[in-house]
Amino acid sequence: MPAEKVLLTADDIRRALTRIAHEVVERNRGVEGLVFVGLLTRGVPLARRLAERIREFEGAAVPVGALDITLYRDDLSARQKPVVRGTDVPVDLADKRVILVDDVLFTGRSIRAALDAVMDLGRPQSVQLAVLVDRGHRELPVRPDYVGKNVPSSRTEDIQVRLQEVDGKDEVVLTRSEE
Amino acid sequence: MRAVQTREQPQAVLPRRHILDLNDFTREEIETVFRTTDGMKEILTRQIKKVPTLRGKTVLTLFYEASTRTRVSFEQAGKILGADVINLTTSTSSVVKGESLVDTGRTLQAVRADVIVIRHASAGAPYLLAQHLQCSVVNAGDGAHAHPTQALLDLYTIREKLGRIEGLKVAIVGDILYSRVARSNLWGLSTMGARVVLCGPPPLLPAGFPPPADAVVAGGPALPPVTVETDVDRALDGADVVMALRIQHERMKGGLLPSMTEYARRYQVTEERMARAKPGALVLHPGPMNEGVEISPDVAHGTQSVIQEQVTNGVAVRMALLYLLCAREA
Repeated sequence: MPAEKVLLTADDIRRALTRIAHEVVERNRGVEGLVFVGLLTRGVPLARRLAERIREFEGAAVPVGALDITLYRDDLSARQKPVVRGTDVPVDLADKRVILVDDVLFTGRSIRAALDAVMDLGRPQSVQLAVLVDRGHRELPVRPDYVGKNVPSSRTEDIQVRLQEVDGKDEVVLTRSEE
Repeated sequence: MRAVQTREQPQAVLPRRHILDLNDFTREEIETVFRTTDGMKEILTRQIKKVPTLRGKTVLTLFYEASTRTRVSFEQAGKILGADVINLTTSTSSVVKGESLVDTGRTLQAVRADVIVIRHASAGAPYLLAQHLQCSVVNAGDGAHAHPTQALLDLYTIREKLGRIEGLKVAIVGDILYSRVARSNLWGLSTMGARVVLCGPPPLLPAGFPPPADAVVAGGPALPPVTVETDVDRALDGADVVMALRIQHERMKGGLLPSMTEYARRYQVTEERMARAKPGALVLHPGPMNEGVEISPDVAHGTQSVIQEQVTNGVAVRMALLYLLCAREA
């Protein structure tokens, strides 16, 4: 078992999401036209939690969608491929303010794929990006608008976000790869 | 490096280069096709139904026999996934100058086709091609032998509508002798746990059918367990799914049936006969239909018919297969 170091506890995650939820409403001056679109797998529960927070303090419902970027990746032949799971975005994205939600921002390639996937669903007025962890090492010009925590990391380290809905508990851990 | 990011994601792997028949498909492989198809169906519902997944891949359809839905469906599947699709019609190709199948295949491989989809009147033609080529070969129908992508879309449609395949009674009615659809479905349905009843007039049932339970071919069973029934009412009794097959005039070399009228009277799938099947039973037909021969128009276009859904699902299933074949190339 490689050694694990806890970067964010359940309380840290809760506070970070509450702050991001407030930042989203402040930056967009309300919730008019907002849509959260989570990247499968763990971006989706994060997007739902952000919408839930906003409902609590603004009393308004922000729609939440799920985006599968598998078919938009740029490395189809380069690795084992994940299952195609299907996108489920319940609203028309035309002229909406879309906020992409993902757990970890790393090279930026997933977000590049997500931008293509979103554009195929409609022409949003704008697209913003919220991530729980930004670990650096960008390979593309991608910049998040909302960040839970910046974690300077080495490429041989692995950062795992665990969420109640998927993994049974909330935490972000750093593991050093054994190679 | 990328593996670090995606380590925990489930993998969709079809451990084969070619799709020739379903006789050696495992249940897990069929489930993988189903899951991938679920994801592909959503794309068909979009306003802009196009994704860039297979950009730079070439799918080539090589049809030595007529086809509407299979060829169009492969072309549509490839194009929606962003592949380039080339359709070769043999009547305007060097095939008319006598070029052999293998030479044609080598030529198509040399122009860098990634997947060749072939339909041929001779059973085994796709196997011959697969032996000689490095690219993927998909059997889109070879003689009376196999039509695996049709069977997969039939299986998918049944699962989608009834929620399962395991334990269902499926009656396949009509021209069993010449039906590659029936042969591939027989393997797929029994692998997924359905009970298959084949029904047709004796001249349209293969000789020596069913084979003895212990018959083997090349180490495997010659056929999955199957019941044969010449009485259509008994075949349909309590069925969950009724699959009507086309009477294939073009393959019949005379004298097998006294007349189409006689066949229709004895074996046509009608509303009256459907009353023997379970309430809500599905009606499938691989098309093209001879309405009024193997199926009555009111059944073909009635509420139990899923014939149009089969065509739509055919596109999604072929998208899944092209994706799984192309993505396995490292």
